[in-house]
Amino acid sequence: MSAAIGFGKDLIGLEHLTAEQIRTILDVAEPFKEVSERAIKKVPALRGKTIVNLFFEPSTRTRVSFEFAEKRLSADTVNIAAMGSSVVKGETLVDTARNLEAMRIDMVVIRHSSSGAARFLAERIPSNVINAGDGQHEHPTQALLDLLTVRDRLGRIEGVRVCIAGDILHSRVARSNIWGLLKLGAEVAVCGPPTLVPPGIHELGVCVFRRLEEAIEWADVLNVLRLQLERMEAGYIPSLREYNRHFGITSARLGRAPRDILILHPGPMNRGVEIDSDVADGPHSVILHQVTNGVAVRMAVLYLLAGGAPERAEAAKRGTGDES
Amino acid sequence: MIDPSQGLDDRVDLLIADGRIARWGRDLQAPESAETVDLAPDCVISPGFVDLHAHLREPGGEHKETIASGARAAAAGGFTSVCAMPNTDPPIDDPAAVGFVRAEGMRAGAARVYPVAAATVGSQGTQMTEIGELVQAGAVAVTDDGRPIASSKIMRRLLEYTQTFGIPVLSHAEELALSGNGVMNEGLISTTLGLQGIPNAAEDVMVARDVILAGLTAGHVHICHVSTQGAVELIRAAKARGVNVTAEVTPHHLTLTDEAVQGYRTECKVNPPLRSRADVEAVRAALVEGVIDCVATDHAPHHYEEKEREFDDAPFGVVGLETALGVSLKVLVEPGLLDLAGLIDRLACRPARIVPLPEGTGTLAAGAPGDVTVFDPTKRTRVRPERFHSRSRNTPFAGWELPGVVLLTIVGGRVVHRGEAQG
Ligand SMILES: [Zn+2]
Repeated sequence: MSAAIGFGKDLIGLEHLTAEQIRTILDVAEPFKEVSERAIKKVPALRGKTIVNLFFEPSTRTRVSFEFAEKRLSADTVNIAAMGSSVVKGETLVDTARNLEAMRIDMVVIRHSSSGAARFLAERIPSNVINAGDGQHEHPTQALLDLLTVRDRLGRIEGVRVCIAGDILHSRVARSNIWGLLKLGAEVAVCGPPTLVPPGIHELGVCVFRRLEEAIEWADVLNVLRLQLERMEAGYIPSLREYNRHFGITSARLGRAPRDILILHPGPMNRGVEIDSDVADGPHSVILHQVTNGVAVRMAVLYLLAGGAPERAEAAKRGTGDES
Repeated sequence: MIDPSQGLDDRVDLLIADGRIARWGRDLQAPESAETVDLAPDCVISPGFVDLHAHLREPGGEHKETIASGARAAAAGGFTSVCAMPNTDPPIDDPAAVGFVRAEGMRAGAARVYPVAAATVGSQGTQMTEIGELVQAGAVAVTDDGRPIASSKIMRRLLEYTQTFGIPVLSHAEELALSGNGVMNEGLISTTLGLQGIPNAAEDVMVARDVILAGLTAGHVHICHVSTQGAVELIRAAKARGVNVTAEVTPHHLTLTDEAVQGYRTECKVNPPLRSRADVEAVRAALVEGVIDCVATDHAPHHYEEKEREFDDAPFGVVGLETALGVSLKVLVEPGLLDLAGLIDRLACRPARIVPLPEGTGTLAAGAPGDVTVFDPTKRTRVRPERFHSRSRNTPFAGWELPGVVLLTIVGGRVVHRGEAQG
């Protein structure tokens, strides 16, 4: 099982991957990008594999991206949305694990509101488990697609200055990005209201900016996080208006930057809160590029966890690869 | 035989008769009818251990523990007296419930079970329970452990009112507004695991309030399960100015840091949470120095299925009665922080003086109750949760090799536990 590059059974997070493994995923994603550009967007690499997309939290974006990736690799997919009041949290995950095991599923893509849920499942079933976001812990495929986008646009990741802006405290995207960026040699900073910056984060080697102006002065890349409305209700910030005034990415603020800054956003966006429309749709925004890369990166992860050899990805893309 | 209450550490014989300590001395002549036990040279005879803080879960949580199984677990751990926390379902907040806990404890015939009663009706934190009646029925303290008393006014009243009845208020010091939905210690580990943190300040703020109110009222506040350096400093300063405050620390807070939670180990989810290395060092030093008076287990059994779930949803708590001696020996005696007498003092003598237990509890002086623990501090065994007498297995110490085997636990002159390795 991909022993050549030492992947485990699962992809739970980037914290425990090596720089080499992360680079391999990004490299394998390259040939898969092109598949999505074809008239017939399908290769047989995962034919005969059964994949369950198990979503305990609503997410159109990530689920659809995984589903495209799975279908383009010719896997059989089933979507399970385990949301709603009839589902008792906790018991469900154990029971679900037992059911999945009984059904001999090859791979499970899980999204869950509790940190650690993906690992919990992975420890209990023999299938490959891919974390599509667990609580405030990690969202590894999002970070991988962010890394790929930065690499596409700037030609490298090493030495690039990336600032993650917004609600760091509650963000799994921030955590996965921090691990991935640091491992690949980027300089990493975070910037947000101090109420939304988690304790101890500087111990990871991350610089903390208190003011967005300083971050913009410093950064090559801004990864702008979504601000959930409930953060205001929970008292982390006084109002959305004030948030936009002091921490929102506006063209006026960006205009004072000493260099061009690449703008990433994991979506979905709150236009007029953390990011203004003219920035989101402006020349420095690579938000749609991220969406395209999302499918390619997820194809790469699925391919590698299914046992595909990195050096055969090019052949797999042409449909002549070893399909086993 | 080591009995710090009498300054005794000597090779002597001990005679128990009619349920009480008859006398001790060299080469005692045993009466003909007496049962004699010969002990290996390394064995220690100690006053029976006293646990001020155990959740025995009955009524309402019998799938986790019963008073009987808890009393047997206590005996297996060398405890001859155990104080049962009142946060059951329903809570122990009336004299009949206190009577029930006492009666069940006696029926179990293992460690003595002393009820702790709820401090407020239904542990709702608004109206004091009938503390006089509860004490008459057998309660040795009051607390709303698990549901900290948010109102400073109620805490003040409790510290005033309890003085008539000579019992302490046991305080689970936690400012709920600061701990919020936290599930572990706040710090680097909570950040990387993406789990909500509980800052040290949640404990420190409440300990500060409690010692200030104890100072105001001259009432006796006992701070439960101290876990932070800040709380230690506050208690030290309060004691120095003569405030009537005592404190306990658990074996797990003396041993483990928040790093143990890595991997989302629900068996390490406990409240107060496992803290930083600096906090562990601070509570150890405080216990040695006497700022913290004693070791208490905060034995909190949970059923396997309840802990087998996402970290956020698992309940707080670890079992402790059957590992307390071993863990304490490992982290306090083996590194030389305390000698055996010092540990026995903190497991038996000092806790017995914090709550009003029957005269002579915590000593082996002639005339005292015949509550004795015999253990071999040199023998090492592996922690095997499947062999616990407790109904629950939620220990963070599974598989640890710990020193100290309890050979005999004697309550009122009757052997209630006999260790396997006796010889
Ligand atoms: Zn407590």
